Amino acid sequence: MASIEEKVKQIIVDKLGVDEAEVTSEASFTNDLGADSLDTVELIMEFEKEFDISIPDEQAENIQTVGQAVTYLESSVEK
Amino acid sequence: MKRVVVTGLGALTAIGNNVPEYLAGLRAGKSGAKPITLFDATQFKTQFACEVSDWDPTDRLDKREIRRLDRYITMALYAADEAMRMAGIYNDAGEKIFELDPDRSGAIVGSGIGGLGSLETEITDFTNGSGVPRYNPFMIPKMIANMGAGHISIAHNLRGPSYATVSACASGGHALAAAADDIRLGRADFMVSGGSEAVVTKVGVGGFNSMKALSTRNDDIKTASRPYDADRDGFVLGEGAGILILESLEHARARGANILAEVVGYAASSDAYHISAPHPEGAGAKMAMGNALKYAGLEPADVDYINTHGTSTPIGDTAELKAIQLAFGEAAYDLNISSTKSMTGHLLGAAAAIESVACILAIQHNFIPPTINHFTDDPAIDPKLNLTFNKAQDRRVDVALSNTFGFGGHNSATVFKRFVD
Repeated sequence: MASIEEKVKQIIVDKLGVDEAEVTSEASFTNDLGADSLDTVELIMEFEKEFDISIPDEQAENIQTVGQAVTYLESSVEK
Repeated sequence: MKRVVVTGLGALTAIGNNVPEYLAGLRAGKSGAKPITLFDATQFKTQFACEVSDWDPTDRLDKREIRRLDRYITMALYAADEAMRMAGIYNDAGEKIFELDPDRSGAIVGSGIGGLGSLETEITDFTNGSGVPRYNPFMIPKMIANMGAGHISIAHNLRGPSYATVSACASGGHALAAAADDIRLGRADFMVSGGSEAVVTKVGVGGFNSMKALSTRNDDIKTASRPYDADRDGFVLGEGAGILILESLEHARARGANILAEVVGYAASSDAYHISAPHPEGAGAKMAMGNALKYAGLEPADVDYINTHGTSTPIGDTAELKAIQLAFGEAAYDLNISSTKSMTGHLLGAAAAIESVACILAIQHNFIPPTINHFTDDPAIDPKLNLTFNKAQDRRVDVALSNTFGFGGHNSATVFKRFVD
């Protein structure tokens, strides 16, 4: 089974149309991966669907890099 | 008043994914009707449509951008790219070779319905889900009917007038008229105009089926669109986009553009009669054609070709021919008349745009595209009218008129003329 990190990276590759190599932990959705505000909302929503959780808006605002997404999801998703 | 000329064309239809293919399809009398592949139509009364096929939008557009677009918007951008290249703004490699003044350039592109498919997907996902709303943030910008124009203006940095016209199946015609007016009145020098539509979807086909508007000739798909035939039984839904680049004559000349035709007249009118049925005597259509000729300063006898709305519906086809006979009198017998919807299906909000492209191709190449699928004469139709049945005809075409009529009773007529200094 794919790890949370692998799933997160795959969603980012699919939704933002970027190369997997660009999707590093430090990569910022908006500054490095070319996402605009709507793309960012879509990513959060895709994470919610994939992991069947609800990410509150105030938490979503803090998820701006790939690493932050992985960390947040690892702590929120029941193992 | 400025003269308005056409300097670029783009076409995306079931009979050709670009202008050269579309021209070849029109000449050959190709039927674009096929079994529906875009969704499972096995339980639908109509199981075929004129879908755009063998089409890879990434040969012109960025894959990443396409993901954010409804099909109708992708189609508009795709046809606009072709038209901009033909107009000499970009070369064949897609590199910009002419810098337009952004403030004097715009985009008015209509759509009858907009991004219906995207809306359907989102509603289906929601109703099949847990009740937690997770609507995609791109749903609204995919769905709204102005986004063909919006995306074209963004893609090509056009900061002048930009919006969509919505008048059902006449949307593209009104877009052309509005864009031509901006040039005529000196408000812009360069306008991208036309229409786009992509509603070969469950709701699109199901909705038109419920209106009894579509042909249900599932056993003979290729010949289902048969305008003026005695056995016509409704229209065949098409999809695609048509784009015309309109420019002031001065602007086109100053940059050495190749002028394809001149837009000399257009008019809009309303039947004020019924939401979907045409006026039985074609009163509104007659006025649109008559006024378009009047504004063009032309007489009925000057017109060589009428590309009709001719959707292959029992009432609509004969009402339009009555209107033509009322507007043109005896001159109606000297015209060539044809419905290219027999080949492309009915592209709704893009119909006027691709049919205007057909008119300009008729002028450029001196031929009349046929009304294909004619088998049996309709006794209600005057046999002296030349409806260009089944085979394209050679004819010098100096003036061509395109009719389109939309639900709501909206009519538009546009007149194109061979460009002469």
